[in-house]
Amino acid sequence: MDITDFYDTFFEEAEELLADMERHLLELDIDAPDSEQLNAIFRAAHSIKGGAGTFGFDVLQKTTHLFENLLDHARRGEMTLRRDIIDTFLETKDMLHDQLDAYRNDEEPDQEAFARICQTLQQLALEEIGQGLEGAEDVPTPGDADSPGQQPATPEPPQAGAPAAEEAGDGGDQRLVVALIDVGDKDRALLIEELEQLGEIQAQQGNQACYEVTLITAVSRDDIEAVMCFITEPEQVQIRVDESEEAITAPAAEPAPEATLPGENTEAPQPAPPSATPAASRPDTNKNDASKTKASDAKPKKAKGSESSSIRVSVEKVDQIINLVGELIITQSMLDQTVSELDGVNNGNLLNGMNLLQRNARDLQEAVMSVRMIPMDFVFSRFPRVVRETSGKLGKEIELVTEGESTELDKSLTERIIDPLTHLVRNSLDHGIEPPEVREANGKPRTGKLTLSARHQGGNIIIEVSDDGAGLDRDKLLAKAQESGLSVTDTMSDDEVWQLIFAPGFSTAKEVTDVSGRGVGMDVVKRNIQGMGGQVQIMSARGKGTTIRIVLPLTLAILDGMSIKVGEEVFILPLSTVLESLQPSRDDLYPMAGDDVVLKVRDEYLPVVAVHEALDVTGAKTELNETIAVIVQGEGRRYALLVDDLIGQQQVVVKNLETNYRKVPGVSAATILGDGSVALILDIAGLHRLNRAKKEARHQQRPHHDLERRLHTEGEAS
Amino acid sequence: MTNLTNPSLDAAALEAQSREFLVFSLGEEEYAIDILKVQEIRGYENVTRIANAPDFIKGVTNLRGVIVPIVDLRIKFHLDKVEYGGQTVVIVVNVADRVVGIVVDGVSDVMTLTPEQIKPAPEFGVTLSSDFLSGLGSLEDRMLVLVDIDKLLTSDEMALVEQASE
Repeated sequence: MDITDFYDTFFEEAEELLADMERHLLELDIDAPDSEQLNAIFRAAHSIKGGAGTFGFDVLQKTTHLFENLLDHARRGEMTLRRDIIDTFLETKDMLHDQLDAYRNDEEPDQEAFARICQTLQQLALEEIGQGLEGAEDVPTPGDADSPGQQPATPEPPQAGAPAAEEAGDGGDQRLVVALIDVGDKDRALLIEELEQLGEIQAQQGNQACYEVTLITAVSRDDIEAVMCFITEPEQVQIRVDESEEAITAPAAEPAPEATLPGENTEAPQPAPPSATPAASRPDTNKNDASKTKASDAKPKKAKGSESSSIRVSVEKVDQIINLVGELIITQSMLDQTVSELDGVNNGNLLNGMNLLQRNARDLQEAVMSVRMIPMDFVFSRFPRVVRETSGKLGKEIELVTEGESTELDKSLTERIIDPLTHLVRNSLDHGIEPPEVREANGKPRTGKLTLSARHQGGNIIIEVSDDGAGLDRDKLLAKAQESGLSVTDTMSDDEVWQLIFAPGFSTAKEVTDVSGRGVGMDVVKRNIQGMGGQVQIMSARGKGTTIRIVLPLTLAILDGMSIKVGEEVFILPLSTVLESLQPSRDDLYPMAGDDVVLKVRDEYLPVVAVHEALDVTGAKTELNETIAVIVQGEGRRYALLVDDLIGQQQVVVKNLETNYRKVPGVSAATILGDGSVALILDIAGLHRLNRAKKEARHQQRPHHDLERRLHTEGEAS
Repeated sequence: MTNLTNPSLDAAALEAQSREFLVFSLGEEEYAIDILKVQEIRGYENVTRIANAPDFIKGVTNLRGVIVPIVDLRIKFHLDKVEYGGQTVVIVVNVADRVVGIVVDGVSDVMTLTPEQIKPAPEFGVTLSSDFLSGLGSLEDRMLVLVDIDKLLTSDEMALVEQASE
């Protein structure tokens, strides 16, 4: 995983920020500028600068840097806005957009345009505030712009003798005070850790509202800010040069008026200072611009090509389209049903048309659904950092392996899976993988291995977090559960014991660590995942490691279903849960102690769930040899469902029952069939639980229930 | 009713305070609900049964792509005669951001009631707690039971809304 994977995110974000910036610039009332709007514009420029710096987009970073400084003056009211200034700002914004496009196409931005815009901004600064801009030494001198023949690939390096006063710290060590405003304990610790890597921390003090760290560093303010922005919001970090000790470096980094200004500082050795061209009057610059724009017309055209390759669309819009397509599919199957009753000879054209419509509608549906799918890479790519930080803090050596990054998942699910997954990863790192010494003592490699994998299985995606750590400790879990007042027995199966960690308020961590063992627990993880229609399974072997498996539906909107008939009612089984169907022979059905009946399928005994009993369907077939057994899988277990008939497979649009009603046991959702009626989608595991609960209730009233009694009596008869 | 003699309460003010109700019948009785809660009125058809739900919840139906639960108030109010025929009507109401259909024997008309015509509801028995009534409307020789449909449908005993404890 390298940093280029984040490029697209940055491009999209920057694109949005620029759009925002433009909107604000256009709305801005020049006579009475709204400070909120100015701030918003400034923040947009600042964020783009930060990102550009992180990804090494030099030209973009430098341009935004100049722009930002100018905006800073504007928002402080040190610069009076005029119409032509706003125009210049808008032009700058367009230029930033061009640069962004160039980077997106893996090209170097137009150096000439870059030089020109820098000059324009410098000019503006000189005219309006009577001073140059900090960071100006990094930009090409006007000389560059005037001689386009010159090799433009590299911007002129910062001249050694161009201190331009304010950012003098860029070169040597400086003493900075980093103020963390309203940063929580955990984040603060992380930030300080980061700062330690950037320089030497001299002092730190303060409270949550404002915590100050004094740092001696050679790294520029902007770089520090860029690093910190990973952890916290830019507004939460304020960096200033420590003025109490001027010995180390130049004065205030903030462009305070009393700082030596380039405009005044004429003695400073500046070979080709940008501020040395105040003679060029404004109209001249504009004329210059116009001619240059023509000259470089060819380039932006190429950049346009990328614009059509992606558009940002709100998820609601996509959802609306998906819903409409769902309705279309329902209407289409309704028509289909009507048309299929017509005589094929006389209505050949109509039938052909219907076939075509059906195919087109399916294609349309698939295409629309694919819009929402994004690769798991989007989720996995943020874990190397999580692992690096967490393992560093815990003093563990951990190798992260990711598999199946290209597996696609519905966007709404990827977003919601991040938090639970982060929690599981942290948990694995903290509780699962042992410290290096312990590992060595146990004959394992020092470096622990954490594997994140994703793959498709049927209509589900399976995401696994596995570690090769100590595994879960059955005895400890049981003891802890007893302590917390949970009802446990020593005879519980491993699976049941592992599920204990999902109980609210359950933590086996001996002490609360920074990383895990407090706050949101595994119960929240489980609840989140169940809320997405998924399940969590745990596999653990003592001393070998633990695997936590999350099974999620690929999408929540569409489901491949198998429609079944019980009595007169039609239900849908998710096709992904259906393994096979067969006609059960009485010889394969065995009554079990109490109430249960099991079906023997190829040497496996499966619990039998009669759908008509679980769901109180009247008029269903009760003769065992007339029913069909559908072997299904739910929550890792298999069941044999007894149904009357299989109707067929079809894609259905999932409709939430809870929107207007409530959760129904044994039912996961509803859908609308071709005839416009509603069919319920069955939840296999829920159905089994429901069946068991009903049997228990019935057991109170009479010793044997129908199915079992029938088995007995039939057995006696034969 | 001293208000009646209050000269400041002229006809216009009365008009402004009066509310419109949709009147429907359950057996021989006449009930009314605030008309602003009503989304539409449609026939009773094509209801998919929901297993293990209370008997007055008839199931769910497809209302133009939206899954809507159908409640039979006649069963809820323990009426003797519950028949489904051509006259059986479903009033689709909007309560608490939900859409719910209620089955009634028929819809008769829309009435405007002034505050004076609305009397406080007496303490009732078991089937219909007075909590769910906003009053009794008296209209010449008719008496309308004004149902607070919001409270009724979101109440625990209707089991329509998931309770926080579950």
